[in-house]
Amino acid sequence: MMYEIRDLRLSFPDMAHKPLLGAAPRIEVLKGLSFDVPKGAILGIVGGSGSGKSTLGRAMLRLIEPDSGSIRFDGTDITHLLEDQLRHLRQRFQMIFQDPMSSLNPRRRVGGIIAGPLRLHGLDNLTARVDKALDMVGLPRTFAQRYPHELSGGQRQRVGIARAIALRPDFILADEIVSGLDVSSQAQVLNLLGELVRELGLTLAFISHDLSVIRRLCNRVLVLHHGLIVEEAETGALFDAPQADYTRDLLAAIPLPDPYQDWR
Amino acid sequence: MRDARGDVKRPIGLRLWLSGGWLTLLVLAAVSAPLIAPKDPLMQDLFLGRMPPFWMAGAEPGYLLGTDSLGRDVLSRILYGARLALIVALVAGTLTCIIGATLGLMAGYYRGWTDRVISRFVDIWMAFPPVLFAILLIAVLGPGLMSIIIAIVVIDWTRFARVIRAEAMSQGAMDYVASAQVAGRTRFGTMLTEILPNVLPTIVALLTLEMGIAVIVEAILSFVNLSISTDSPTWGGMIAEGRTSVHQAWWVLVFPLITLFLTVLSFSQLGEGLKDRFDPVLR
Amino acid sequence: MKSYLSIRNLNVRVKNGPVILRSVSLDVAAGQVHGLVGESGAGKSMIGKAVLGTLPRALEVTGGEIWLDGTDLLTLPPAERRRRIGATAALIPQDPLTALNPSKRIGPQITRRLVDILGWTKAEAQARALELLDEVHIPDPVRVMRSYPHELSGGMRQRILIASAFAAEPKLIIADEPTTALDVTVQKQILRLINEMQTRHGTALLFVTHDLGVVSKVCDTLSVLYAGKVVEDARMHRFFMRPIHPYSRALLAATPTYTDPTGSLTPVPETVISAVEEEVRLHDVRAGQ
Repeated sequence: MMYEIRDLRLSFPDMAHKPLLGAAPRIEVLKGLSFDVPKGAILGIVGGSGSGKSTLGRAMLRLIEPDSGSIRFDGTDITHLLEDQLRHLRQRFQMIFQDPMSSLNPRRRVGGIIAGPLRLHGLDNLTARVDKALDMVGLPRTFAQRYPHELSGGQRQRVGIARAIALRPDFILADEIVSGLDVSSQAQVLNLLGELVRELGLTLAFISHDLSVIRRLCNRVLVLHHGLIVEEAETGALFDAPQADYTRDLLAAIPLPDPYQDWR
Repeated sequence: MRDARGDVKRPIGLRLWLSGGWLTLLVLAAVSAPLIAPKDPLMQDLFLGRMPPFWMAGAEPGYLLGTDSLGRDVLSRILYGARLALIVALVAGTLTCIIGATLGLMAGYYRGWTDRVISRFVDIWMAFPPVLFAILLIAVLGPGLMSIIIAIVVIDWTRFARVIRAEAMSQGAMDYVASAQVAGRTRFGTMLTEILPNVLPTIVALLTLEMGIAVIVEAILSFVNLSISTDSPTWGGMIAEGRTSVHQAWWVLVFPLITLFLTVLSFSQLGEGLKDRFDPVLR
Repeated sequence: MKSYLSIRNLNVRVKNGPVILRSVSLDVAAGQVHGLVGESGAGKSMIGKAVLGTLPRALEVTGGEIWLDGTDLLTLPPAERRRRIGATAALIPQDPLTALNPSKRIGPQITRRLVDILGWTKAEAQARALELLDEVHIPDPVRVMRSYPHELSGGMRQRILIASAFAAEPKLIIADEPTTALDVTVQKQILRLINEMQTRHGTALLFVTHDLGVVSKVCDTLSVLYAGKVVEDARMHRFFMRPIHPYSRALLAATPTYTDPTGSLTPVPETVISAVEEEVRLHDVRAGQ
């Protein structure tokens, strides 16, 4: 198993309702989640806003620390590891962010952005590795000299992918990575990601609000609603016979580009 | 997909040229004041008191901008005054910036107790009335260049701390900071390599603004006679003296005032201009 | 059927810069919904902004006509044009979070336009606002009128914006990506509501969106834009059954649908892009730009 997650709970302080003295009340975002991510799986995590899907992703990468429960990554319990202890593991799980404009430091060139993590993990042959990563995501090597704002949305997202795969991780978390893109670049990025996962033997968790995109890419789906897993199934099974009411509502609400869809 | 929105050109800043030009001129004048000043700024000649500038009737040759009531050359005094003004601007501005920005950066990025301690300290500090504070300080330290610089730093570091803290906080919420963490960068490393470059344009703008403020504060303190000893010429001192004889000799007041005005304006415009020009995001 | 909005050969460009809209023509009849589809940067939002006179300052209209309810807006003096637009057109904005003033109660935000522009009395406007909130299915309208925006959910706020767009019975409403910021389940309710209101009031609606799925649910006719040029004009059913322009077909092929088990996605091919770029270039040559 790449990930084994048991009874994961996480809450944030609610500063809007903090009393004058004393601690702020806490908002429960994840209310006890348990699931496994097998090696080689492409797991889709779907849910609306406020479902906790992004928080779950960030907890899996230990960008935030859960309140209770456990997260095991490839057999190691990482639930409460300190940043120093996590550092050598970080090469093995990487993330691609939703908004490439804010996840790529605007004041660095693409080459520096991809090389940064490599340097931190003490890898050599940086230029060769950066070139290789750019090749794999289908960008010209000359792009290493450009700034993020000189690229189109789709190209920026490829840089995000290149940065993640350059480290040759075992696991990648992709958080809403196509929601800001036009359909044409969206199709390119999804196709690219699918190929890379197969080629490199990656395990992928793909967070999205869009079930159409999930069906295109994933082989397993987790449906999240208000911090709870309401359904977990193989992709085919989920779309053919959704079990949970919420999944059915979600499917029924998607407007297909088809005037004869029964939508009303 | 092509996108025409990126093609819009930004006009190159005229204000950068004007403000930069004035300040360069001023620095050159200050450095070479002993060489180019036509007279000794301290030399008094009571027979030549209140001579008007060169284009007016009754002007004395050699005194381009006229003389004050003690017969001292106004132009020479402005040139020598520039030395002091610029030293104060550079030293006080830089020190204020380093102290304030460092604390602000740490408070905004580390958050938690670091932020609580620094922010409370800033709040308390800002509750003291600043001019009173400065006067008190100089009364304790005694007048002099060092006292003025210390007074400015002590009063104004909070401005940096506040603005940079807010800026660092908003940058800290960006995903590229999370991505640095994913990459395994240390907290301190992230602050230096990710946050600092992104708040640098703000720091530069604030720094130049602060230099302008330092010039003003120095002038105010000279004006109330708390600055350097009276025999070294300062713009504030000249303005104070000129005020008493404005009806008989307006030039003693007006020329240092214009110089002060242009200098402070140039500092603030330089900051804005630099920000526009050297920010790869805005450019 | 009478066209409430009729745009003829509208050209917009950045002052001394690139062209944004290239001879755009379209008609929206009373009670009809016309979709404007295209990828980001295609200029679809700029058409709505040109009609409402809210183009960014760096942009200028270099030619064409915008007929709103029988008057060419571009021939009117600025003050008269603003008055005219205020009385006959309204906007449903994209982001319900920023479109409402966070420091004012909902009530005055709806009634202000009625009082200021149409000269209604406060009481009349108040009564109308309550009626409208009821019409957009907001429970307990009296309480909502007294609420501040942050006390309401995103879907609720979008309902309020819809209510206030219809408040003055405009002839034309421009909806600029009105559901992009919402969850799909809420989006469905909002789209239905917009359709319901528009049918009941007989308003002409210009609907800007990047989502072909949404178009197939709300629009009667549509224009597909590329680089500020309309590449295909169609009635909705015909468009989805038999898209004519290669770019339209490519857009449809690139849109993922969960009902397709093979899940194949074809990005817009290079050949299609270069063909449509060539079309744009030819247009510019002919227009002498």
